[in-house]
Amino acid sequence: IFLCVSPQQEGLDDGPDFLSEEDRGLRAVNVDLQTDATLQVDISDALSERDKVKFTVHTKSTLPNFKQNEFSVVRQHEEFIWLHDSFVENEEYAGYIIPPAPPRPDFDASREKLQKLGEGEGSMTKEEFTKMKQELEAEYLAIFKKTVAMHEVFLCRVAAHPVLRKDLNFHVFLEYNQDLSVRGKNKKEKLEDFFKNVVKSADGVLVAGVKDVDDFFEHEKTFLLEYHNRVKDSSAKSDRMIRSHKSAADDINRIASTLYTLGTQDSTDLCKFFLKVSELFEKTRKIEARVAADEDLKLADLLKYYLRESQAAKDLLYRRGRALVDYENANKALDKARAKNKDVLQAETTQQVCCQKFEKISESAKQELIDFKTRRVAAFRKNLVELAELELKHAKGNLQLLQSCLGVLKGDT
Amino acid sequence: MPHFRQNRLCLREYFNMFNEEENRDTFDIQISVSDPEKVGDGMNAYMVYKVLTKTSLSIFSRDEVCVKRRFSDFLGLHSKLASKYMHMGYIVPPAPEKSIVGMTKVKVGKEDLSSVEFVEKRRSALERYLLRTVKHPALLKDPDVLQFLESSELPRAVSTQALSGAGILRMVNKAADAVNKMTIKMNESDAWFEEKQQQFENLDVQLRKLHASVESLVCHRKELSVNTASFAKSAAMLGNSEDHTALSRALSQLAEVEEKIDQLHQDQACADFYLISELLGDYVRLITAVKGVFDQRMKTWAKCQDAQVMLQRKREAEAKLQHANKPDKLQQAKDEIREWEGKVQQGERDFEQISKNIRREVGRFEKDRVKDFRVVIIKYLESLVHTQQQMIKYWEAFLPEAKAIA
Repeated sequence: IFLCVSPQQEGLDDGPDFLSEEDRGLRAVNVDLQTDATLQVDISDALSERDKVKFTVHTKSTLPNFKQNEFSVVRQHEEFIWLHDSFVENEEYAGYIIPPAPPRPDFDASREKLQKLGEGEGSMTKEEFTKMKQELEAEYLAIFKKTVAMHEVFLCRVAAHPVLRKDLNFHVFLEYNQDLSVRGKNKKEKLEDFFKNVVKSADGVLVAGVKDVDDFFEHEKTFLLEYHNRVKDSSAKSDRMIRSHKSAADDINRIASTLYTLGTQDSTDLCKFFLKVSELFEKTRKIEARVAADEDLKLADLLKYYLRESQAAKDLLYRRGRALVDYENANKALDKARAKNKDVLQAETTQQVCCQKFEKISESAKQELIDFKTRRVAAFRKNLVELAELELKHAKGNLQLLQSCLGVLKGDT
Repeated sequence: MPHFRQNRLCLREYFNMFNEEENRDTFDIQISVSDPEKVGDGMNAYMVYKVLTKTSLSIFSRDEVCVKRRFSDFLGLHSKLASKYMHMGYIVPPAPEKSIVGMTKVKVGKEDLSSVEFVEKRRSALERYLLRTVKHPALLKDPDVLQFLESSELPRAVSTQALSGAGILRMVNKAADAVNKMTIKMNESDAWFEEKQQQFENLDVQLRKLHASVESLVCHRKELSVNTASFAKSAAMLGNSEDHTALSRALSQLAEVEEKIDQLHQDQACADFYLISELLGDYVRLITAVKGVFDQRMKTWAKCQDAQVMLQRKREAEAKLQHANKPDKLQQAKDEIREWEGKVQQGERDFEQISKNIRREVGRFEKDRVKDFRVVIIKYLESLVHTQQQMIKYWEAFLPEAKAIA
């Protein structure tokens, strides 16, 4: 089944505010960013093909660095990853929280379901098939919109960062209208990455064990280690909860269909009754599906995002920790050199470089971590408020439908 | 086990509502099955239930009777009623299903949630069974029913295998086989029967489908409840580690809301089950009984046909004997003709009677079905209303907490 969807596509569901809410919510959902006229980036369009997604990255800028004030390029997921990795590998950015890379677009589950549906076409009625197909297409669209949002958030975070926005690779990413020819990592490189990560976490354990002289960083370290684990747990549990919710909504869908058939077949007064209740469940089921979708957007995605952000913050602490270790080693080396009176100048230079590096990282890291907290609090506030408002809206909608149907049914007797 | 205790109340509550509706009828009889008690130990153990009948009907010796009955007693009652009335075309309500797995757990003494739920499910099913049985005007007056409800001692029922739900199905299938083997297919002169049979066939298919979907819903709602509780705990932990005070508090509040919602889901799953799922299960079994009486009618017709064939043969034999000189045999042939004429007449009367009975029974059955479904579905929608009202309450309380994050 081939789908070509764009975030602007309307009219897939005649329910109120189905798309507009999502569209509004999608942009920068989990970050509280000031929009800056000097550099505005968004994903204006996206195309889903068999096994890849093509994002149209649209830039508006008054900066002199760019040839035009407004331009667009087409990028794929691997190019986002390349950009992210280039930040991580850049020593100059060691003192910043690198905005987490967007996750790979994953339509496998949805595609599998659509395929199974196609195979099972013979075993269900035409209405059921059409209904399920619409459901799955809506699900596919939702996943698609999410991946667009996550890629966009990454770019917005970079554009909002005072230093990263000036990065040359970022400008190339935004402007160069040819393929960046970023090949996927080959096996050897992937293995190297793996070992690098192993070393990093081993380092991390070492560094985490040393109590920091600076209270601020000591507190941040303790906080982040625990927070990250708890966010991970909450993220997984919220996913499971939302999946059950979706399953229950699917059951109600099936119940509504069967009630409809019963209504058309029944020879007694129950026929009208069943038809009315079937209609009710069709509507409430849509609302339940919306509730699950909104919980997914406002809660699950929020937690997933902060799982990645808190990891990026931890990475920053590890980098600082390594710089501290280097600095301390340089100090020891200098003492040794002075004691032996050999290569003292060299040792002094090395020590100065390490000291500067450590102090530079510490200074920017402090600000980054403070900003992280501000962003986090703002994002949670926004999403929790919106979650509560949406839950209320849907519960009230459900209630109204139920009460009105009950009124009709009771009146009929 | 605080969660379970709440469940128990919820089940009783829902069942009393069902009970109440029944009793605004003309029958003026209330039956409750309660207080399951385990008797004996190990594999010989069994549950005993208290059956309380309150009535102002004169056929009962007292206006309030309480007896103790075990599951096999119920099966025995049903067995007797089915053998007496089914062949006349009466729709005899089927007894609840046996369950080896469920009962073994109870016997072995597992006091866990699933075996307690099993006993409650069974108690409720037994109550519904009795209520349906006494709703039938003929069955209510049956001496076996009266004995079951009133007599303090009941002879131990044997061969309860025979007419359990599975037993009925076997009987129905045998009748259907007999019908299929008929050389002369029944020429349905009465379109009503053909139409009704088709309708019940369709109803059967849809109710089974609906039942399966509702069972799935119950399962998923229970799962949702468990996962919500799990998330609530996780959110509480997250709130604990959050170092921004206002956000930390909001997260703890969120955890509390989710915990309350998990209880809501659990109660709703309960309603899903005890209102809708069990009703559907009952009707799937009832329709099997309905199909059974239609097949009984076919059997009766087949018997009538066979008698006619026999009569024809006897007449032919007599005609042949007219020309042979065997006066004894001729007399015997004439006697046999009379005998079979009688059987044919009886067969025709039986067929007419069963057809009449079935029409009446189906009319009554459909009336009850309409009422049952209406009452239960309305109760169910009311439970859904209650759930949404609670949801609104919880989220309204949480919203200012979320807004207070500064």
